[in-house]
Amino acid sequence: MTHIQINIQRKCYPAVAGAGQNLAIADLNLSLPAHEFICLVGPSGCGKTTLLNIIAGLDTDYQGTISLSQQQLQPRIGYVFQNPRLLPWRTVRENIELALPSPTAAVLIDELLAAMQLTECQDVYPERLSLGMSRRVAIIRAFAINPDLLLMDEPFVSIDPPTARQIRQLLLKLWQHRPHGVLFVTHDLREAITLADQLIFLSASPMQVIRNIPVTIPRNARDDEHAIEAFRNYLIQEFPAIQKLL
Amino acid sequence: MTLSKSQRQLLLNLLSLTLFLAIWHVLAILLNNRMLPLPLSVFKVLWAAMVSGELPYHLGITLLRLAVSFVIAMLIGCALGILLGRHGGLNQLFDQWLIIFLNVPALVSMILCYVWFGLTETAAILAVVINKIPNVVVTIREGTRALDQELLERARCFHFGKRKTLIHVIWPQLYPFLMAATRSGLALIWKIILVVELLGRSNGMGYQLNLYFQLFDVANILAYTIAFVAVIQLLEYCVLKPLEIYAQRWRR
Repeated sequence: MTHIQINIQRKCYPAVAGAGQNLAIADLNLSLPAHEFICLVGPSGCGKTTLLNIIAGLDTDYQGTISLSQQQLQPRIGYVFQNPRLLPWRTVRENIELALPSPTAAVLIDELLAAMQLTECQDVYPERLSLGMSRRVAIIRAFAINPDLLLMDEPFVSIDPPTARQIRQLLLKLWQHRPHGVLFVTHDLREAITLADQLIFLSASPMQVIRNIPVTIPRNARDDEHAIEAFRNYLIQEFPAIQKLL
Repeated sequence: MTLSKSQRQLLLNLLSLTLFLAIWHVLAILLNNRMLPLPLSVFKVLWAAMVSGELPYHLGITLLRLAVSFVIAMLIGCALGILLGRHGGLNQLFDQWLIIFLNVPALVSMILCYVWFGLTETAAILAVVINKIPNVVVTIREGTRALDQELLERARCFHFGKRKTLIHVIWPQLYPFLMAATRSGLALIWKIILVVELLGRSNGMGYQLNLYFQLFDVANILAYTIAFVAVIQLLEYCVLKPLEIYAQRWRR
């Protein structure tokens, strides 16, 4: 069972030509329950991507501790980057297969490709895909490894609204089918309310937690745009501090 | 009749070659000088040299030298290039050396090799290799510097491991640079290997050309040149072009 404990005392970016030293994160403490869908909401450039990189183990230059306590030694982390980061010289299917530790999950890949409506594109090179399609491939890639923890960094930016809605629903379906922790970064509050069990509001740099709010709308009522809108208005009225983060 | 693109290209190539031969032929008739023989007599000489086995022997020796020195230079050059591209400190230290070796005239390194190591096969190969390595290093170093950090991160995130990262992430990115190094490298070696042979070997194209130069036998010099150019063209169309097309298959 993944239970994430995040304590970051300090994360700095060194000074580069002109710009001074940049304190990205200071005293960030988060304790996240396993199997929850958590949305991190905060303004652009506040350090959300940095946080995900630290959790994924890509960035080790910080002071603090991250513990992903669970039975397995190494939790499998699926990461959907802000850019799809597909290998342009490998086909869609190869890109997904390469992420797997062993090429055994052919059936799973077929299912995911079908669900994302990419079956016909599986032997195509990524340069022929639209951005929305590339993003879907990146999402399949992260799902296919059966992650214990899924990190998603604004995965639906610049996807047209109908497609984004469709992928969101699929994401929820997959998540309910096989529960795992999800950390979903966004600055779209409506999207966050639609998806999350819990919203975590983050301030601009140095990044700190401002509020931690559970979403009380039942899962089966989330299709209702009025309910989402009402909850959003309620949040903004109740917690005026979050307004300037959006 | 409509021709496909490749057929039209082929036709055009043939036409341009014929034009070249025609101009040569007319010039030779006008000048009427032993120093510029007719194309036909050159081809006769070429045929005779082929049949006698003399030309294939010398050409083969040269190609063998070329292959050996090319492989050695590429291996060492790539290793050094990747090393310098990845480690800034090393690069700062050895950048000056690279510039020196790039600018030492080929003739100087040849003479020095023969003086220091004698008129041996090893010295000849070494002379070629020394001239070629800095070229490869510079190209591969640029390629290594240009590696996409995002893709490398992604490989790390999905636990690709060293082997998978090298094959699927790094190698495809270095490939165009490798092709560039191969092309410019082959062109360079073609040019200097003959001089190396001329100076210190008793066989190979360079040696033969020197011999015919002393005899003022222009027909034979041209015959050898034609054979040489033909081999290069063959290599270009049968090896380099297909490799390049394969490497570019994923581009739009």
